[in-house]
Amino acid sequence: MDVRSQVAMVFHLDKCIGCHTCSIACKNVWTDRKGAEYMWWNNVETKPGTGYPTRWEDQQQYKGGWERDGKLIKLRAVDKVRGAVTVFHNPALPTIDDYYEPFTYTYEELFTAAEGADQPVAKPISMITGKPMNIEAGPNWDDDLGGSPVYAANDPNLEALTPEERQQMFDVEKLVFFYVPRICNHCANPSCVASCPSGALYKRGEDGIVLLNQERCRAWRFCVSACPYKKTYFNWSTGKSEKCILCYPRLESGQAPACFHSCVGRIRYLGILLYDADKILDAVNVPDSELVDAQRRMILDPFDPEVIAAAKERGIGDDVISAAQRSPVYKFVMEWKLALPLHAEHRTLPMLFYVPPMLPVQAKVGDYGYDTSVEGFLGSIDQARLPLKYMAKLFGAGNEAPVRYALRKQLAVRHHRRALQACDITPEQAQALLTEADCDVEQADAIHRLTAIAAFEDRFVIPPMHREEAIELLDEDTLAAKGSTGIGFREGPARGP
Amino acid sequence: MLNLMLYGVLPYLAIGSFFCVSVVRYLKMPFTFSSLSTQFLESKQLFWGSVPFHIGILTLFAGHLVGFMFPRAVMAWNGMPVRLLILETTAMIAAFLALVGLTALIVRRAGSARLRANTTVMDVLVYVTLLMAIGTGLWVALAMRWGSAWYTHTLVPYLWSVFKLNPDVQLMVDMKLPAQLHVISAFLLIGVFSFTRLVHAFVAPLPYLWRPPQQVIWNRARRQPQAHD
Repeated sequence: MDVRSQVAMVFHLDKCIGCHTCSIACKNVWTDRKGAEYMWWNNVETKPGTGYPTRWEDQQQYKGGWERDGKLIKLRAVDKVRGAVTVFHNPALPTIDDYYEPFTYTYEELFTAAEGADQPVAKPISMITGKPMNIEAGPNWDDDLGGSPVYAANDPNLEALTPEERQQMFDVEKLVFFYVPRICNHCANPSCVASCPSGALYKRGEDGIVLLNQERCRAWRFCVSACPYKKTYFNWSTGKSEKCILCYPRLESGQAPACFHSCVGRIRYLGILLYDADKILDAVNVPDSELVDAQRRMILDPFDPEVIAAAKERGIGDDVISAAQRSPVYKFVMEWKLALPLHAEHRTLPMLFYVPPMLPVQAKVGDYGYDTSVEGFLGSIDQARLPLKYMAKLFGAGNEAPVRYALRKQLAVRHHRRALQACDITPEQAQALLTEADCDVEQADAIHRLTAIAAFEDRFVIPPMHREEAIELLDEDTLAAKGSTGIGFREGPARGP
Repeated sequence: MLNLMLYGVLPYLAIGSFFCVSVVRYLKMPFTFSSLSTQFLESKQLFWGSVPFHIGILTLFAGHLVGFMFPRAVMAWNGMPVRLLILETTAMIAAFLALVGLTALIVRRAGSARLRANTTVMDVLVYVTLLMAIGTGLWVALAMRWGSAWYTHTLVPYLWSVFKLNPDVQLMVDMKLPAQLHVISAFLLIGVFSFTRLVHAFVAPLPYLWRPPQQVIWNRARRQPQAHD
């Protein structure tokens, strides 16, 4: 057993209000630079929608992730043989137009324009060329179903639905959507790392954060193609790829990452998962429908004495094991089985899990409105406005069972709370639903607490990262590192003109 | 005097810069040690420039290197006219690929506002020196046929004399103008090489061929499990 500790995440989609505060926090801290203007290490997408970059989920076009190949798995975009040919021109590289051309406005003109009959205007200009441009796309261009016929209707996940079902989703009176905030998944089997010809990408051993060494990156750009989530970005000005670093300088000093910290809806949870690195191949080389379960089998129980002993043998500290036992992520993913990986079919073992949203599940009943009787109060999952097939394409690798399980349990918890608070459901009715959903009162209350009223320390259980030890082990004078941030390098990142 | 400068001094300046500047840049400025790829800003036209150019220029480089290292083997190969023809045809195709590719790259860069905004003086220098080297090479190939046959006993001895630190300038003075220009432009290219984006050739990702797919880096020494009896 090769026990590793991983900083893992849960995003509770039922709580996401799509305010983009996380995106702005990240943008202000990390990507407000030349060449990085178009990058959104954290972005929020409306689903159904084509997302950012446009149709990133369409791997026919982008060739991200892994596919099965007999006893092993192989990268879709590139391997050692094809890489020798495509190194001169990467056929699966998205271009800036697949994201959007970054823009600003000529605000100075508002002050400097000559006196005239018309009001001066701030014209949009490209942040690449500095020339006037027409803004034709943006990072959340299809926010809240804007331009649905062009964007939402082209969501690759709709392939799972029949034309009738698609039609129903876009009936004006029944329009339905939810938000998916996305950051790097810090996968346990990252395809970006495996694709990097220079070896610039790596997974940090102590916490599993996937990082990209800017000094070793040689701009072959294979990581951009290989990531099925399109969460490595190419900086066209410095000629280096960049990605979400999970705010490791913040984590190392005990703070939650900026997007987590700033989340208004408090949808984000962060904590340790212990997993068995020896089981990675077993977890990915199974049919799509078994992927969610296989990934859960790879994750270890931090209360199991055998696991604890094996973890200590590997040098994982007591404080990390204790953090793993208190981890909200472990509860959501393993104990309650509410949180699921996004697009597990790409076999990267994402370590960011999503609680599928229940709110738009409101049943569609007939053509004349909804059933408001007690029995159907919150509707039934199988008659959901967002078809279960669609949710399964996102969160179940095509398998409806784990998604149905998670939604049913959430529904039961909601009935249970309603029986306690609003009293228009009898305790017996609530209890029956709980039992049916493989849940008991104690668990339902715990889910409710962590979902609805969890405090900062409950949502973010960050273990000490022992940065002091890391510095001492470097073969240098520790005092020399005094006062340094431990990140970056002193050379300015300027490359281009 | 000019001949001494061109064939006796320039080679050493070029080779010195090629090796010394590369090493210093690699160690001191690793961040800059790559090509500044523009595929992200323009992808379609790049294919028709980058692919033929790289295939052409790498073939030509390999051919020149083999001729320099193993002149006798090349002479032996050229012993039969058919084989000479094969070699020359291959070289000619490679030269045209390189020239067409480079031209496509220049046209592409000049024609796109995004790329123009992301172009440095050094990029222009790369284009000029490469164009000179390839252009004079083609001139040699057309004006002084069967280069692979005479190259081995005229130019190779000069190159070796440079490497033996005893440059035989007279060998170059006796050459015809196209060959002289080709040698000068080649040394200019070698001279600017390590100052430009061309350094990415030094970090061609060969180790990728044998490295394991996943990379994990530990900040602290990782403890291995103790063996139990």
